[in-house]
Amino acid sequence: MSRSARWIVFWLGAGGVGTLIVLAVLKLPFGGLVHPYRELSVPAAIGRSSPNIVSSVNFDQRALDTLGEETILLGSVVGAAALLRPSKNEREQLDRDEGRVLEATKLLGYLLLPVTLIVGADVVTHGHLTPGGGFQGGVVLATGVHLLYVAGSYRMLRRLRPTKWYQLAEAVAAGAFVVLGLVGLLLTGAFLANVLPLGVLGDLFSSGTVFFLNVAVGAAVTSGVVVLLAGFLAQALSVREVR
Amino acid sequence: MTALLVVAFLLVAAGGTVVVLTREPARQAVTLSVYGVLLTLLFVLLQAPDVALSQVAVGSAVVPLMVLLAVRKVRGGKR
Repeated sequence: MSRSARWIVFWLGAGGVGTLIVLAVLKLPFGGLVHPYRELSVPAAIGRSSPNIVSSVNFDQRALDTLGEETILLGSVVGAAALLRPSKNEREQLDRDEGRVLEATKLLGYLLLPVTLIVGADVVTHGHLTPGGGFQGGVVLATGVHLLYVAGSYRMLRRLRPTKWYQLAEAVAAGAFVVLGLVGLLLTGAFLANVLPLGVLGDLFSSGTVFFLNVAVGAAVTSGVVVLLAGFLAQALSVREVR
Repeated sequence: MTALLVVAFLLVAAGGTVVVLTREPARQAVTLSVYGVLLTLLFVLLQAPDVALSQVAVGSAVVPLMVLLAVRKVRGGKR
């Protein structure tokens, strides 16, 4: 395609998307007082003991969408892991000398490691009560694990973070989401229906399946991000071409 | 609140422009990370703490890290 033809295609596309965005934004009830969706979703969330409305929408009212999103994440992690594995003429070789870590970095890293893991677990398990949930907490947990590399060494990270376990956990957690959905289907005839006891509004163990779906997504996201970063770290630090 | 929002929107617009204008991928990872923090600030001001949490973890930590590691791998291959 010639240069001018490409520009014509670009401007047609950009003009179309731009027009649609302007038309859509003009109709948005931004900052207004009429919220038909809120009127329906807030009572539904409170009625099922999830004060965090966002989590109720994600894991109860529209849990099927979340299953789709989780599958996208699973698919991209599997794809990236397949692309990142060492090829035929590559071997893993660990450097003897990894360089020095500043004492201040070490101190801060080891202090923040347990704090980050606790915050991550808290964000996952309180997903139905406070802002956050499985996805956010999962990413915090996964990045927290890598403080072992920042403050310690790559060898230490590899020893304390067996990639195999995380690959297994990713599959089990994604499967658990589907199993919980099937339980709902069997008991009520609706896939991912909230069938577990709802508990008292505000309690840690309340909101029925929302809590368990949050934990499942938390485990899936943690292991997914860990597997992804493990692939990137291995490629950047230890995979070498062998001639 | 509105004044703060205007400042946050302007910062996000400026941050996005800086990311686009940074040509060197390793430097771009750093500007992308700063941009991620600015975007987080905007989400907090717009009262979307759930989105802000995702943004700060993914946009300012995981994605720039993956870019930096990819850059290191690509450069290492040329050595």
